Amino acid sequence: MTGSFVEILNSAAFHRPRLPHLPFADFRKQALDIVASGGKVVQFFGYTDGGIDKLLAVLRTDKLLVAGCDAPEVYPSFTSQCEPFHLFEREIAEQFGILPEGHPWLKMVRYHSNCRGRADVFGNDYKEDIPGNYPYYSVTGEEIHEVAVGPVHAGVIEPGHFRFNCIGERVLHLEIQLGYQHRGIETLMQKADPKRLPVIAESIAGDTTVGHGVSMAQAIEALTSVQPDAGAKMIRTIGLELERLANHIGDMGALSGDVAFLPPANYFGRIRGDFLNMTLLICGNRLGKGLVRPGGVRFSIDSEISRTLTERIKELEPQIRHVLDLLLLTPGALARFEGCGAVSHDAAGKLGLVGPAGRASGLSYDARRCFPKEYYAHLNIPQNPKSTGDVFARAKVRADEIMQSIQIIRSLLSRPIETRCVEGSNFDLAPSSFVVTVNEAWRGELSHCVLTDADGRILRYKIKDPSFHNWNGLAMSLRNTGISDFPLNNKSFNLSYCGFDL
Amino acid sequence: MIESIILWILAICLSPFYAAVILKVKAFFGGKKGPPLLIHYFTLIKLMQKGSVYSNSTTFIFKMGPIASLSAALMALLFLPIAGRSPVLSFNGDVIFVLYVLGLGRFFTIAAAMDTASPFEGMGAAREAFFPIICEATMFMILILFFQLTGELTFAAYFTGIQTSGLWRVAGAPMLFVVMAFFIILLTENSRVPVDDPATHLELTMIHEVMVLDHSGPDFGLIELGAFIKLLFYSTFVARLICPIHAAHPFVNFVIFCAALSGVYVAIGVTESVMARFRMDRVSHFVLTSFALAFFATVITLEFVK
Repeated sequence: MTGSFVEILNSAAFHRPRLPHLPFADFRKQALDIVASGGKVVQFFGYTDGGIDKLLAVLRTDKLLVAGCDAPEVYPSFTSQCEPFHLFEREIAEQFGILPEGHPWLKMVRYHSNCRGRADVFGNDYKEDIPGNYPYYSVTGEEIHEVAVGPVHAGVIEPGHFRFNCIGERVLHLEIQLGYQHRGIETLMQKADPKRLPVIAESIAGDTTVGHGVSMAQAIEALTSVQPDAGAKMIRTIGLELERLANHIGDMGALSGDVAFLPPANYFGRIRGDFLNMTLLICGNRLGKGLVRPGGVRFSIDSEISRTLTERIKELEPQIRHVLDLLLLTPGALARFEGCGAVSHDAAGKLGLVGPAGRASGLSYDARRCFPKEYYAHLNIPQNPKSTGDVFARAKVRADEIMQSIQIIRSLLSRPIETRCVEGSNFDLAPSSFVVTVNEAWRGELSHCVLTDADGRILRYKIKDPSFHNWNGLAMSLRNTGISDFPLNNKSFNLSYCGFDL
Repeated sequence: MIESIILWILAICLSPFYAAVILKVKAFFGGKKGPPLLIHYFTLIKLMQKGSVYSNSTTFIFKMGPIASLSAALMALLFLPIAGRSPVLSFNGDVIFVLYVLGLGRFFTIAAAMDTASPFEGMGAAREAFFPIICEATMFMILILFFQLTGELTFAAYFTGIQTSGLWRVAGAPMLFVVMAFFIILLTENSRVPVDDPATHLELTMIHEVMVLDHSGPDFGLIELGAFIKLLFYSTFVARLICPIHAAHPFVNFVIFCAALSGVYVAIGVTESVMARFRMDRVSHFVLTSFALAFFATVITLEFVK
């Protein structure tokens, strides 16, 4: 079938034989044209269907566009002409051993052998564990020094290796190597008993439990033609917003702590716990595990819980407002935030930054507004673009979103919520289908993509955490910034290691 | 003499207690209970009971670092008039000697840090070597002022008995500048906020703390104790300057001194609680402020200005 990229709806099943299957040259040209004229890459991955390797791309403009093609063994890289494909091409090269010729920085993403058993594109021998020992970009010169941080860090955080090329205190380049937590989740999702899918999805990244849970549930619902009721959608929305609140507030506190400004750090630390406890009240645990299941939610919000939540939020709102003011109006803290680690609008666009990091650089894309699912279509989600792209902008976006999320939850709680809790979900997936779900998790655009084969088994489960886009944004923000400001910038992005590593 | 030695020992024993006062103040501002006031004694005892781990790449320099830095701090304290009593040792020009004894201690800490060949420690060493240079300029400016006012170059001439109140009487306004300059030096030399953050776990932003990352067990205990004593050393200056009262009875005198010292530590705690840390490249501006203050204080007491 020839043709062009076609529009698909967020979380709507698509019969796979109707997917445009283009000759590679057309696929390449159209994909490059769409992205060059302002489109972004949502998903771009390889899969094997009936012994044939194929590529599939989901792009977004103001709508979602999809097309596929047969995968060539070697092809001229997209990245050399269009930067947003950068990491996706590296991922395909790693997972399928397909070489993008002329890729400017062809390096492994997660350090594992490809699934086809082909010769490795990067020439690595994966029998050996070589933490931190990769070919890094290097700078030479009289006063140049390299600082290696990780994979074991000082705080109790996840592993990742950071390599700084510095001249004195100034960072020329930062290279980030992840993959230490690669657990093979995509393969696991394909092979596991479908009943386990919700549990695995919720474990992709612990701080985005609800986000991944909802994305997975939407995909399964689309493939089983089940529609959750309105109450379930509202509860999912509340779950997503509580997750956003807890994490954003925790980040604001951590930003404050990183500049040694203690009062907000202490207050926000406590308030974050208060919001985690609200999730606890709804579903019995602070991270929202087990809340979302395909078909709806497992826990309802009755009038008593609704009243308690409203009361708690009413009490917390003025406190949050005060502490945000304290943080964002104190000259000492502002002096650290402003102008620190700026990512230009242009660079952010090329890197394809999403979420608060993207909005801080003026990319106002918000999946809640652009591709609304759950209850978001009924809500008015404001745009929060900032222009400076520095730590202050990233903090301000979070501060704005905190107040907006509180309003969203309050308005949802003021409406009657009725839902029938799901006990067992339906996992009889439609055969030969394709679905992509796009949600705004607290870090940004989160997307799950499911392809099923002729028997209704999962052929490919592709997950893209927002961190996949944003890690390079952190590297970019460090250019020409003092190395002592790295922790502050890192915290202002606060990206997921395990969401990236999968 | 006996009294001076007793005071010297008391000062050493009290230094971990006072450092914990800062933690309490910070906890108070954070709405927390905070650790017990004896926390640093527990920490020291714990560290002393541990074993030390040495990297294969280090030499005897690395092991010398903690001992040298603690000895320097103890030595400096010998020359310090505690509670306005005469110090254990004193000779003309001892102020300059003490400054460089502390400098020697720092040299060994830096050498030990470089000895580990860790990029972190090298970075910390570079920072630690840079900021005290500016402090040194300030210290000498203050010494010039004190020399001009008293005609002597010993700590005993500035901080014992009624000498300190004498300084205030002769040059009250410039002394206000000196107190502020001293406080800035205190914050810088002891790696406090807004210069450094003693509470952070982020190596890339540390100054002092990152240099001692590789020390462990008793070695680290010695470094900690040295740091407490150094903090007490500088706090004593400020305490004496803000509270130059001299009571006849040694015990009353000591109590007044302890109260003044607590005031200084509380002030450090308050500063740490209400201020954010400066960006690394702005720290030098902050430290230079102390020099400007000391410089003005000295200039306005010069004869030709009068």
